[in-house]
Amino acid sequence: MSRSARTLVLAGVSVLALTACTGNTPKAEENAGNAPANQAAVKNDEPGKKVKIGFSAPAADHGWMGAITKATQAEAKKYSDVELVVAEGTNDVNLQISQVETFINQKVDAIVLLPFDGAALTPVATKAMEAGITVINVDREFDSPFAARTTVLGDNHGMGVSAGTYICDQLKGKKDAVVAEIAGIDSLPLTQDRSKGFKEALADCGLKVNNRVAAEFTVESGEKAAANLLQAAPKIDAIWNHDDDQGVGVMAAIKNSGRKEFFVVGGAGSANVMRDIKSGSSLLKATVIYPSTQGADGIRLARLLVQKKALGDLVEVEVPRTVQLYAPVVTKDNVDQYLPTAFES
Amino acid sequence: MSEDITTPETTPSTQATVTPPATRNSARLMRSGVGRNLGLVVALVVLCIVGVITAGDTFATGANVLTILRLAAVIGVVSVGMTFVITGGGIDLSVGAMVALASVWATTLATQQLAADFHWIFMVTTALVVGAACGLVNGLLVAYGKIVPFIATLAMLAAARGLAEIISDRKTQIITVNSFVDFFGGSLLGVPVLVWIFLLVAAAGWVVLNRTTFGRRTFAVGGNAEAARLAGIKVQRHTVALYVLAGLCCGIAAVMLMARTTTGSSTHGQLYELDAIAAVVIGGTLLSGGRGTIVGTVIGVLIFTTLNNVFTLNNLSISAQSVAKGAIIVVAVLLQQRLARSSNT
Repeated sequence: MSRSARTLVLAGVSVLALTACTGNTPKAEENAGNAPANQAAVKNDEPGKKVKIGFSAPAADHGWMGAITKATQAEAKKYSDVELVVAEGTNDVNLQISQVETFINQKVDAIVLLPFDGAALTPVATKAMEAGITVINVDREFDSPFAARTTVLGDNHGMGVSAGTYICDQLKGKKDAVVAEIAGIDSLPLTQDRSKGFKEALADCGLKVNNRVAAEFTVESGEKAAANLLQAAPKIDAIWNHDDDQGVGVMAAIKNSGRKEFFVVGGAGSANVMRDIKSGSSLLKATVIYPSTQGADGIRLARLLVQKKALGDLVEVEVPRTVQLYAPVVTKDNVDQYLPTAFES
Repeated sequence: MSEDITTPETTPSTQATVTPPATRNSARLMRSGVGRNLGLVVALVVLCIVGVITAGDTFATGANVLTILRLAAVIGVVSVGMTFVITGGGIDLSVGAMVALASVWATTLATQQLAADFHWIFMVTTALVVGAACGLVNGLLVAYGKIVPFIATLAMLAAARGLAEIISDRKTQIITVNSFVDFFGGSLLGVPVLVWIFLLVAAAGWVVLNRTTFGRRTFAVGGNAEAARLAGIKVQRHTVALYVLAGLCCGIAAVMLMARTTTGSSTHGQLYELDAIAAVVIGGTLLSGGRGTIVGTVIGVLIFTTLNNVFTLNNLSISAQSVAKGAIIVVAVLLQQRLARSSNT
């Protein structure tokens, strides 16, 4: 009996000891959400009515998703009139629904929601709207227009177009160039959109995707897919890899193979990829951004909507229904502009 | 295995009325289910007190209690089925996958067409039949195929989710049968239908486990299968029935999740096996079988969902919550061991 009591104490002490060695937070916060201030928004930034915002997103099991949450929290901290309630990190729709229900009970003014599954969260988002709460839908769309006031989206199709156009420019005049594509999870609509845009842009300059493999957004799967691709294609001119998180594995496979005859374009826009681009010594020459600031933008829009302010620089007095963010190509020339908002994977 | 099993678990309110006249009586009380559940009730009460202190204005409201119960309902029904399997000396790792498969199968276009033409009962029946059928396969593999439950249900975990992905093409299937959503999403006497279902399943589970021959046989089979066989119990047939029961519960949970999300998806029910096993084990059911309590399981589920709610209300991260969850499991099991040892000496 006393032995088990001792075990308990021991367990408690070791937990405390462990906590003491996990203090690596400051470094992670450095890069989160210090976006260049939008000059036009300055007047809107003046403190107004107190706004309580609830935020919920899927599990941060991917660099981009982790960055979404970090940037959102950092953005909310900038405003003295915003109180953020975070319920981050679940891939269980049942749990995410209850988080939104909790926000409704707490009578928040707005909810910024990146649903694990847009369709599955639609009923509870609609319920929140009916309760008079402003819902901002981020990244994965609901399937009802009544479920959100405003939707902030990335541009998956545009990512493919940007990547394809960049590769076309670089391979100008090379008619028999071999282009390869390393996609993300193939069954997701977002992957299909990216691939479609890529194919269309390449077709414009007479190129096509000669080799295509799919990974699963993880480092391990990226390494596997790239290794297979390099085996299958003895000579390649350009590779587009959809996702910079899986890109860590892709670059490892390329390094192991010793191949150097091609250049690589990334996707999503992680900070380490941008640093590689900046160094100029890597095979990575560019990446296409899928903004990880969507949640942060959701916070700003939620605040404007609740305080009944207009979006700066628009004549229209209402905040738009849909905001689709651009998918720019980052190269050595403009990398400094994007590095501050890039995410650490 | 004698007193332990046959003593019905009492609810906290009746515990209070049983005032032990002598220490001998209280010792017996401790040995019975009451003692084991007492620790759990205390833990739940402590959690609630923490909730009231830290977020009193929203925690102690009717709406918040219903939010907790709605979240607990789905995983609670799964856990009741799990209690039977574990009490019978087995384990079922495939519950989450069965929930996913049942939800997908019950929301295919064909099933929904049938439901739209006749009655939503077709969708419910499909989910229940799919769940029970998966359970039947599990049971046959374990009882007659002589495969260890851990392995047999691990195989089902992989296969059922894979089949769900094939059927749905990894897309989210949206339910368009409004009568289904209206019925299960509604309330009866101010209490959500989902919560009623949970209560009914838990009550039925308690009666079956504690008041029927089937229940007594379950304890016997889980405690010592060989002795049960010699006593004339058809052990194999009984084992099959236990897994069918667990599968059936997964079918019910799938219907509840479908109503909550208005979708069927192969991603539903992720990691439910761990949530359910955790709830069952902290509830006081022996993982080696032979002892089980439905009341304990229900309180176990409530502890985890309340914990979740308190953390969300206080703006704490999911990661901190997972640490707390792990600590609760360890402390609960250590306490149980201590109680068991002290009642033996």
